[in-house]
Amino acid sequence: MSTETAVMPEADVPPAPEHQRLSAGRRRGRRARKDRAGYLFLLPWFIGMLFTVVPFFASLYLAFTDYNLLNPPKWIGLENFTAMFRDPVLVKSLKVTFVYTFVSVPLSLAAALGVAMILNKGIRALPVYRAVFYLPSLLGASVAVVLLWRYVFGLDGIVNALLGWFGAPAIAWTSDPDYALTTLIILHVWTFGSPMVIFLAGLRQIPVMYYEAAAVDGASRWRRFRSITLPLLSPIIFFNLIQSLIASFQTFTQGFVMNDGGGGPANSTLFYNLYLYQQGFNQFHMGYASAMAWTLLVIIAAFTALTFFSAKYWVNYDN
Amino acid sequence: MSTTLQSTKTRRSYDDALIERFGSSRRSRFTRHVALCLIGLFMMYPLLWLLSSSLKPNGLIFSDLALWPAEWSPSNYADGWTALEYDFGVYFTNSIVIVVLSIVGNLFSCSLAAYGFARLHFTGRKLFFALMLGTMMLPGHVLLIPQYILFAKLGWLNTYYPLLVPNFLATNAFYIFLMVQFMRQLPQELDDAARIDGCGPFRTFWSIILPLCRPAFATTAIFTFISVWNEFFGPLLYLTDPELYTVPLALRQFVDSEGQSQWGQMFAMSVLSLAPIIGFFIAGQKYLVKGIATTGLK
Repeated sequence: MSTETAVMPEADVPPAPEHQRLSAGRRRGRRARKDRAGYLFLLPWFIGMLFTVVPFFASLYLAFTDYNLLNPPKWIGLENFTAMFRDPVLVKSLKVTFVYTFVSVPLSLAAALGVAMILNKGIRALPVYRAVFYLPSLLGASVAVVLLWRYVFGLDGIVNALLGWFGAPAIAWTSDPDYALTTLIILHVWTFGSPMVIFLAGLRQIPVMYYEAAAVDGASRWRRFRSITLPLLSPIIFFNLIQSLIASFQTFTQGFVMNDGGGGPANSTLFYNLYLYQQGFNQFHMGYASAMAWTLLVIIAAFTALTFFSAKYWVNYDN
Repeated sequence: MSTTLQSTKTRRSYDDALIERFGSSRRSRFTRHVALCLIGLFMMYPLLWLLSSSLKPNGLIFSDLALWPAEWSPSNYADGWTALEYDFGVYFTNSIVIVVLSIVGNLFSCSLAAYGFARLHFTGRKLFFALMLGTMMLPGHVLLIPQYILFAKLGWLNTYYPLLVPNFLATNAFYIFLMVQFMRQLPQELDDAARIDGCGPFRTFWSIILPLCRPAFATTAIFTFISVWNEFFGPLLYLTDPELYTVPLALRQFVDSEGQSQWGQMFAMSVLSLAPIIGFFIAGQKYLVKGIATTGLK
């Protein structure tokens, strides 16, 4: 149940007994043959790793250069990074990304956990409900749904019509800088289905007898949640949290499609990666964009590390 | 994985146990159904509205809020199909070609790598495995610019190579991980028996392991289908010739081509673009749910 086991490679199977009976030379030959087979199977992966490892270091190098694709990269030291501090648009895009992440991730995880718990209470037609809640998470990143969102939240869209029934004034959801990001946060929460499925699978692994024993001891519903569900589910909450954080920091399509490749009203939906794209592929500031990419990598790594560090205070691996 | 994949039978008894203990009151069960139906309706409403709007004449889309169209306009589909520079048949063909080749590539390269990691013993295996898991966490945007430059130097801009070749090189660590988890559950005795019968590692892989991994392959194929079908960023970056556009890029042209407000046609094509995902979802829900539950729990 713990995520820790996920990253631990399985221990080597003990060597076959005949190994001990072979001479050193035969053993080496056998070893080499095994290595060869292993490497052959991994051959595509090795080549693929070149497409990962080389660009990884290349982008680190480019981050310290001025490069526009036409002239060779020119080493400029830390200039890209100091320029980032003075770039108000970059600061804005960072702020947008942070607000988006730190509002939508907790909200969607809370929704996911809440619905998973209702579903786990033992309910008929579980597969139907699960399908209905899970489906949006497969569609949330598609252009069709983001386009749909533009019109659902449009001035004469159904959301404003709904508000109208309650006598509330219409809101310019997509063109008012105060609301534009909210529509995308709602879109994110709408896709709570995939963490929900993971929560649901985790809840099913908690033995019913724990709840029975607690109920016999007179534990209230809240107490059962606090003292049984939360601790036993914490590795899965942790996993979902890490996944959602990393994905959310990299949001791109939603912002791009929502505002035709721009940053929206007053750059209110200018996600960091969207600005990176504009810098790299509209302005061809490849060096600056690489510096931006590495900065985001460091930010993501820092938050991931922070989450991992905090894990020892709230994630329960006893099970 | 095995713990997650409880058979329907044990799951039902789990449900029954829960119902017996806690959900026993009929009223609370009713409340739960009402709550779930409300949430579900709320979540499905935008999609239902999309479907209904795709069948309405433009004038009615925003004025008539009823889901059931007062006036039908199925011609949105025919008109939308040919509304852009190329007809949607071209874009759908492009998308299907990319999706099918991506699935083939992922199944081929990831299953090879997974077999190596899960069943073979070779020098450096643990190190490489850790590296592979590391790439799973690595945000893709860091690689973006050098990869773009590389593909540009190779003359691959405005072709499908940048979208396809990485899939044949096992760059999708998530699928390798999924298959490794699956292969590890298969008994080691199978490999031993095959070896005694004279099978080399390739024969064992091909004749013994591959046929047993069908569920993991189904999961990989469905995940690949959904993510590649939805993929927007890669095609946006690498494809400039509208003849090569995939469905998501084409859809976006509806709003690009000034505000000519052919909403009905745009919604009709949106419905068509979502339909394959929904279809695959319904057909492969079992594998999807298992797949994401596995990655979360193991």
